[in-house]
Amino acid sequence: MSTFAIVANDEFKAPGVEIFQLPPLWEGAPFWLTKPVVLAVVSALGICLLAWSAFAKPKLVPRGLQNVGEMGYTFVRDQVGRPFLGKDTDKWMGLLLSLFFLVWIWNLLAVVPGINFPVNSHIAFPAVLAIIIYLLKIYLGIRHQGFVGYFKGMMFPPGVPKFMYVLLAPIEFLQNMIFAPFTHAVRLFANMFAGHIILAFFSLVGFHFLITHLTPAGFTLGVLGVVMTILMTAFEMFIQFLQAFLFSLLAAMYIGQGLHAEH
Amino acid sequence: MGLLAEVSGHLGSIGYGLAAIGPGIGVGIIFGQGVQAIARQPEAYGLLRQNMLLGFVFTEALALIGLVAPFIYNNL
Repeated sequence: MSTFAIVANDEFKAPGVEIFQLPPLWEGAPFWLTKPVVLAVVSALGICLLAWSAFAKPKLVPRGLQNVGEMGYTFVRDQVGRPFLGKDTDKWMGLLLSLFFLVWIWNLLAVVPGINFPVNSHIAFPAVLAIIIYLLKIYLGIRHQGFVGYFKGMMFPPGVPKFMYVLLAPIEFLQNMIFAPFTHAVRLFANMFAGHIILAFFSLVGFHFLITHLTPAGFTLGVLGVVMTILMTAFEMFIQFLQAFLFSLLAAMYIGQGLHAEH
Repeated sequence: MGLLAEVSGHLGSIGYGLAAIGPGIGVGIIFGQGVQAIARQPEAYGLLRQNMLLGFVFTEALALIGLVAPFIYNNL
């Protein structure tokens, strides 16, 4: 009780959605030129540079960046590509590898000191990536299985009692055509959004109780905030990697669904 | 009859609490059964982990939609 009584006059306010609403970079800049846009473009160029320096002149015995690049390549190929695409994996590695690295770097910017902003916490960025995969999936499905064959394979999977199709067909259609791309984008967005709010909250607790409103009673709370910030940063880094992995995993799965009928 | 009970503060947090129950149970079942399956069949680890992660992803999506929903309704 006493803690809150002391705090009450300069009340602590938890950060909300407003930390994502960033103004244009400078006065008079176009309204779309905000921090996440710049970060997105710069990190995309950075990945091009990384891929160029790692894979442009490959050596038989890899050194330096080529080592890192090949580590990422092997990981994406064995964990993301092969389980879903099988022998088609090599054809799609360019897309999957750049998707994985792009999403990961965009996520990773949340914990880079001085930047501290996950690009994917704006729904527009994951949405564009998800829409690209979605269109690609439908294009591949119609091209490889035919228009009728694709939708038949999707809505009427074999090996189910006939009367079940009444239920199954609309559910499968909704799942594949609407929910799949929606959750594909929202999963990444919501994870980064929630993670950023959690980090902002705990670091603000530390800042508020240790620096701006230092009181004997609030001190413990402030220390707790700092400790939690460190722990959650580590946890966030794990989540960021996991989400990038899952995003490219689902992309590979959707591409695989387009290439081959379900069995 | 006076007021028996009242809820104040952010309803969205209560909504998210409710929305997290189902996915919480689901994720628990997925990883519980997944670990059990790995213990019984350690050589199938790669296959099991793959399917575990897929199931986790689809279940988790529900919780995340629950997280986003209050923000959507606030802006409507």
